[in-house]
This record gives sequence, C-alpha cells and structure tokens, in this order.
Amino acid sequence: MAVLKTEELTYIYSQGTPFEKTAVDHVNLEIKEGEIIGIMGHTGSGKSTLIQHFNALLKPTSGKVYLDGRDIWADKSQIREVRFKVGLVFQYPEYQIFEETVYKDIAFGCRNMRLSENEIKRRVTETVHDIGLPEEILSCSPFELSGGQKRRVAIAGVMAMNPRVLILDEPSAGLDPVGRKRIFDCIKAYHKKTKNTILIVSHSMEDIATFADRILVMNKAGIFCFDETPKVFSRAEEISAIGLDVPQITRIFIELRKHGIDFGEEVYTVDSAREVILKYLRKRQGV
Amino acid sequence: MLKDITIGQFFPADSVIHRLDPRFKIVMTLLFIIMLFTGQSVVSLVFGIAYTLTAILLSKIKLKMFAKSIKPLMPFLLVTALLNILFVSGGTVYFHWKFLKITSEGINVSVVMIIRIIVLIAGSSLLTYTTSPITLTDAVERLLSPLKKFKFPVHELAMMMSIALRFIPTLIEETDKIISAQKARGAEIDTGSIKDRAKNLVSILVPLFISAFRRADELATAMECRCYCGGEGRTRLRQLKSAPRDYIALAVTIGFFACVIVINIIY
Repeated sequence: MAVLKTEELTYIYSQGTPFEKTAVDHVNLEIKEGEIIGIMGHTGSGKSTLIQHFNALLKPTSGKVYLDGRDIWADKSQIREVRFKVGLVFQYPEYQIFEETVYKDIAFGCRNMRLSENEIKRRVTETVHDIGLPEEILSCSPFELSGGQKRRVAIAGVMAMNPRVLILDEPSAGLDPVGRKRIFDCIKAYHKKTKNTILIVSHSMEDIATFADRILVMNKAGIFCFDETPKVFSRAEEISAIGLDVPQITRIFIELRKHGIDFGEEVYTVDSAREVILKYLRKRQGV
Repeated sequence: MLKDITIGQFFPADSVIHRLDPRFKIVMTLLFIIMLFTGQSVVSLVFGIAYTLTAILLSKIKLKMFAKSIKPLMPFLLVTALLNILFVSGGTVYFHWKFLKITSEGINVSVVMIIRIIVLIAGSSLLTYTTSPITLTDAVERLLSPLKKFKFPVHELAMMMSIALRFIPTLIEETDKIISAQKARGAEIDTGSIKDRAKNLVSILVPLFISAFRRADELATAMECRCYCGGEGRTRLRQLKSAPRDYIALAVTIGFFACVIVINIIY
C-alpha cells in the first residue's frame, strides 16, 4: 500500500492579493513503502511547497494528502503524530540549530515526542554514529562545528525521530564534493538499515541518479513525469529542455546518438557508461 | 501567517499616486494628518474622507488592502470608542449607572474618533503602499538634508532606515522558515500549553538572532567591498525631480487644508 498519496493537491500562495500564485496544481501521486524517491525541478516549480504538504506544515487549498490511507487533515489533534511519522529536513537545516550542545539539539525532536530519557540517549548516540560523526562531538557546541558537520547534526536531529518517511530538501546544497558524498553515503546507509521511505529533493540529477528508485520531475507547479529512474532518463532531452541539469555523461551519450552512435540504453553514471561502451566495442569487434 | 502583515508593504502599480515625487508625498501625508486633527466638526471630517477616498481611487490599490491594514488595530479602536462613550458627557443622557453615563455627546465623539483614526491609517498606509522603500528613504534624506548644517547624521539615518525596511520581508520569511523547521521537529508553536509555547520560542529566537547577525556581518562586508564610506561625495543614480503634477497635487492638498481651517473658523 502507498505510504503517501495525494489527490488533486492544490496550493495557492497569498490567495486574494496581487501576489497570488499557484505553487502546486492538481497533483496526484503515490509513494510506496521503502522507496527512495528523487524530486527534481526548477526553482519555483513547486517542489518545496509540495513536500511541506506531506508533513502537514501547509494545508492544501484544495485536494487531499493521505498517510497510510488516512487523510492527514481529517483529525487536527493528530497533526503532530503526522509530523513524527514524516520527518522533514529543510534546505540549509544548520540554520535551525539552537541548543547549546550537539546532544541537546539532536534530542530536540525526540524530546518533543516525549520519549524516555534512556531511549533519547540511545537514539542520539546511534544516529550520531550513523551520520558519521564521533561521539565526543555530542558535548560540543554546535556553533563550533564546520558547515558540513552542522548540516549532518541537523539531519541527525530528524533521523533520530525515526520517521517512517524521511524527506530531505536539497541536503547537499552549498557543500563541497566530499561533503556531498558524505551526506549521500549517510542517507544510503540509513535507508539500508531502516528501510524507511526516503524523498530527496535535488537540483542535480547526478546526485540522485545512482540511488533513487523513482524520480519525480516537477515543472510549472505540476508533475512533468514520475517514473522509474531509467525511464526518466530516457527522456533526458525533454528534461534538459525544461531547463534542468542532466548528468554530463548522459549529455555526452545524447550527443553521440545524434552523431549516429547509438548504444541502445540510457546512461547516467560513469560506471554504467564504461560497461555500455565496453559492450559496444566487443560487439563491434565480434562483427 | 506572518505573510499577512501589510503595514509598510509596497504594492507596485502604475498610477498617478505612484508616480508622484516621494518628497511631495511625505509632505502631503504630514499635511493630511494635521488636517485630520485640526478639523473640529463633522464637516471637516467629510473633507478628510473625500480627500483619502480620491487618493485611494487614484492609486488603483484595492480597498481590501486598506481593510487589511486596519484589521489588526480593531481592538485598539474598540477600546478607544468604549472609553469615549463611557466617559465623555454632555447632551442627552441615554443611560446612567453610578459614574458611567452614555450620552449623545459621548457617542458623537467616539464615532468621530473612530472614523478619524480609520481615515488616518488608510491615508498614511497609502504612502507606503505606493512608494517603494528605497525612494521613500531617499525622500526622507532629501527632506532632512538642511539638518546636515547642524551635524545631524542625515545620510546615516536614511541608510539605517532603508536597510531596516529592506530586511523586514527577509526576516519575516526567515522566521516563517524557522518556525516550519521547528514544527517539523515536533515543536508546539501555535498549539499546546502556554508553558510549552514559551519554551519553544527560544528555538525560534536563537536561530533568528544568529541569522540576523550573520546577515548584518555579510552586508557590512559587502558594503565595504564596494568602498562604502558614508554619504559624503556620494552621487545618485535616480535623481528626484518634481513635475507639474506634484505641484498640482500639493495645491489640491493645501486647498483641502484651507477649507478645513475656514470651516473651523466659521463654525
């Protein structure tokens, strides 16, 4: 069954003013338990607005959001429960850190869940390990850490709540390649361990291509396409036409095809490119 | 939630009022405020209403926007009205209980007072609704420039004003984001007991202050990089120039003001 489902979801900002803008326009989608979904789209394509509906931060102007088949707005007293089940990590989450120690900041969400002190301690130590930081860091002030470390502490704060669906908005924005790889490795490891559903918003296909099961491409407040990763990449040309970044390697293969060299499959990582080229060469030698 | 704040907001549009010289607009707004409060009689209030309505119609801004700016002040207006009704005495007595009296004079005074304040807010909102913050501070700087002779830091004041105005929407947006982020971590901000809410306020204020300081620091560096060193020797890209329409508008305003004074003398 679908963990998350939306039905004709529509959201309009500043309704009734000159600044009125439809950010999400009649979106229908279903997300299955345990999937990793990549969400792509231009700035202003509605992706950030969309994900804020999944944990009830925004109330739809019209349409419905279902979590485990239940309309999340049906019972207002359950809104907090929804937020515990669907964890959302905002863009630049390090700016929301406020406690005086890393431990306290990671524990903030768990404390709001009213977990026992022992359970909180267990979860915080476990998550800090999962996110690849040493345990000694727990007693430090979060403001002494580097940018990448702060980012991971902020993500850990949501991971520790062990939400069934974890949503990350541009988790690697503004980090160097090493920091980016670390974040994505942590997310992969987290998924392997917990099997929780994960949604990752990203500008760059390159980041999510390697591990997303399905990719949702948003354009102009609606769904442009929502399909399995290889199928989405088979439409790479259309995707770059709406102004999104296609991985460099995919662009090379598109150009090659234009020049009459067709490898017959979609390529979006350097590793798969190597295999495809080798296969192609062997075939040619065979002939 | 926070996005509904409209006081001080600028609504770009193409209208006569938008095109007026901001210096004239400030002077006219001041005249308008004085006019509202020198007028003693109901007739002079009618003049004030007519003046405001004309300006609002010319500005092409929806009346709804003005209603929005008045709404948050409703409680204050109601308390003022109530005090006036209960404590101003004179005329026919409708109701009497111990020291409280409701009289015709009291009702008159409070109705006039409420209308006057609503007109005042609507009229002065028009200034910020139709003038962008940058031109507004430019105008303030120019209007206050004679004070430079007395070593008054006019430019610095105007710069502070424009930076403050510029960052109001940014900080509102930032606050909204932080609130959402803490709510996503289960913080009770608009629900829960007062004690919980107060405790969670820290989780909003700390990041907000940190980011405000960070922004101030970055802005200072950016300004230094562009060799900013105060107002001395600075030239302007956009010069404020007054056109015939500015003088016409000013003349109309003074005309209204004169009428109110004449009415005062006659009655």
